[in-house]
Amino acid sequence: MQAGAAQAGKPSNKNQLAAWLFVLPFIVLYLLFLIYPAIRVCYLSLTNSDIAGQGQFIGFNNFTTLFQDQDFWASVIHTAYFVLLTVVPNTVVGFIFALLVVRLRRFRLFVLACFFLPYVLPVSVTYDAAIWVLDTNFGIVNLLTGSNIAWFQDPALAMPSVAGVTIWWTVGFNMLLFIAGLQNIPKEYYEAAALDGASGFHRFTHITCPLIWPVASLVLVIQLILQFKIFDQIYLLTLGGPFNSTVVVLLYMYRQAFLQGRGGYAAAIALMLVLIIIVASLIQFRLLRIRRTTA
Amino acid sequence: MKTRRFSILGFLCTLLTLVMALAWIFPVYWLTITSLKTEDQTIVVPPSFLPWPPNFDAFVYVLQNSPFIRWYINTIVVSVTVTFFCILFALMCAYALSQLEFNGRRLIYTALLVGFMLPFSTLAIPLFMMMNRFNLVNTFAGLILPQIAIPLPVIVFKQFFDDVPRDFRDAALIDGAGNWRILFRIYLPLNWNITWAMSIVTFISTWNNFFWPLIITNSTPMLTIPVGMTQIQLSYGVSFAKICATAVLASIPTAAAYLLFQKRVTQGVMAVAGLK
Repeated sequence: MQAGAAQAGKPSNKNQLAAWLFVLPFIVLYLLFLIYPAIRVCYLSLTNSDIAGQGQFIGFNNFTTLFQDQDFWASVIHTAYFVLLTVVPNTVVGFIFALLVVRLRRFRLFVLACFFLPYVLPVSVTYDAAIWVLDTNFGIVNLLTGSNIAWFQDPALAMPSVAGVTIWWTVGFNMLLFIAGLQNIPKEYYEAAALDGASGFHRFTHITCPLIWPVASLVLVIQLILQFKIFDQIYLLTLGGPFNSTVVVLLYMYRQAFLQGRGGYAAAIALMLVLIIIVASLIQFRLLRIRRTTA
Repeated sequence: MKTRRFSILGFLCTLLTLVMALAWIFPVYWLTITSLKTEDQTIVVPPSFLPWPPNFDAFVYVLQNSPFIRWYINTIVVSVTVTFFCILFALMCAYALSQLEFNGRRLIYTALLVGFMLPFSTLAIPLFMMMNRFNLVNTFAGLILPQIAIPLPVIVFKQFFDDVPRDFRDAALIDGAGNWRILFRIYLPLNWNITWAMSIVTFISTWNNFFWPLIITNSTPMLTIPVGMTQIQLSYGVSFAKICATAVLASIPTAAAYLLFQKRVTQGVMAVAGLK
C-alpha cells in the first residue's frame, strides 16, 4: 500500500491518479481485511497470544507442541477421512446427474432444479433437512425402512452421514460444470462415430470420457480444496461428536481459539491447514497430470 | 426394431431420472410439508405426505416468539450491502486493471490471485482480533466489511473486460468521455449478464454465510438467519413443525433468487469455477 500511495501521489501523471481512484475502494478493503490478516496470522502463530491478540513471541513453540498434539493429528485424520468420503463420490455423482440431465428434452429444467436447488439453501436448512429426514425415531427414512439407525450418533456412521448430507447439498455445483462440459463436446463427433458403427458404450468411453476429463479434473481440484475446509456441517450436525470422532481441523481450531482462548496456537493450526491443502493439491495435480498423459 | 428398443431404453432412462430427481428434492418437499402440519401430525405413523388443510400455526409461533423478524432484517441488510459494494468496487477495480495503464497494476493482480488461494477460515482469528480491537464485534460493519473484500469478482470482471474490443473505449475517449462514464455506459451494459450473475451469486452466498457471522456475532439482536435459526431450534426440542417453518422462511430469499434467475445463477457458478 505504501508503494501504491507513493505512485498515486505523483501529481505529474493524471492517468495514474485516475487509475488509482478506481482501484482504491477495493484495494483499501483488500489490504485491511485480507492481506493484513494473512500476514498477521503468520506472526500470531509464533506467539502465545490469547484471543484478544495479547501475548509474547515464543518462536516455533506452537508448532513443536502441535506436532506432539494427539488431538490435532486426530483432527487431521478425520478431515482426510471426510475428504476421501466426499471428493470423488461428489464428482462421480455430479457427472452421472449431468449425463442424465443433458439427454432430456422434456422435464429438463424441472430435473435440473431438483438436483441443484439444495445448493442454494443455507447450511442450517440442510442441517434441518438432515435431522428431520434422518431422525432416529420420527425420521421418514427410518420409518419407511422400519429401522432405528442413529445416523449422527453412531461413531461408525457419523462421518459417512455428514459426507452424504454434504453430497446431497453441493452436488448441483459439480453437475452444472459437467453439463457445460458435455454441451461443449461437438455433436459431429458422436454422429461420425455412430456412422462408423461405434456402440453407445464405445462412444461414451472413447468420446465423452476423454473430452470431459479437463472438466473432471477442474471439479476434483475445486472439491479437494473445498472439502478440506469442512466446518459448517460438522459444527451443526455432530459438533465433533460422538466421542470426538468427527472433530475436523477447523473445528479444532475454532475450539482452541474461541473456547480455550489460545489465539496463537489456533493461528498455527490455521497455517498447518493451509500447508496440508497446498501439499494435497500438489499431489493431486501430479496424479491428474499423469492420468491425462496416459489417457 | 432397433429404434423401438432404443426408445424403450430411453423411456426407462427418463423415468429413472425423474424418480432420482424427485427423491433428491424430497427432503425439501418434506421440510415444507412438515411446516404446514400441527406438531401432533408430524409424529403420526404412518406419516401424511399431503396434509390438508394446511396449518400455519408453526409459522405464527416462530414469527411471534423469537427475534426471527429482526434476524431477517439483519440478513437482508448485510446481504444487500455486501452485494452492492462488492460488485461496485469489483467493477471499478477490474476496469482499471483491465483497461488503464498504471504502476502497480501487475502487483495488484498477483495479490488478488494469491488472496484467492487463501481460505477465508484461516484469516478468521486475526480478523476477529482486529474487529475486537475496533469494537466492531456484534456490529453491521463487522459483519459486512470482510465479506466485501473478496478477490473473485474482480478476477471474473477483469477477464470479461479484457474481451471487450478496444475500439469501443478508443471511440468513447475521442468523444471526450471520462473513465467513469466509459465504465458505466459501455463496459457495464456490455457485460450486464455477468454482472447480474455475479450479483445474484454474491447475494446467495452472503445470505448463506455461516462461519463469519458465527464468529463475529454473539448477541441475540445481531445474529443473522443461518446462525440465529439454529439457536432457537435448540429450544424447540422435537417440535419439528416449528423447526421446518424456520427452515422454510430462511430459504425463501435464496431459493426464490435461484428459481427466478436460473440462467444467471448457472452463469455465475460457471464464472466462479473459472469457466466462461
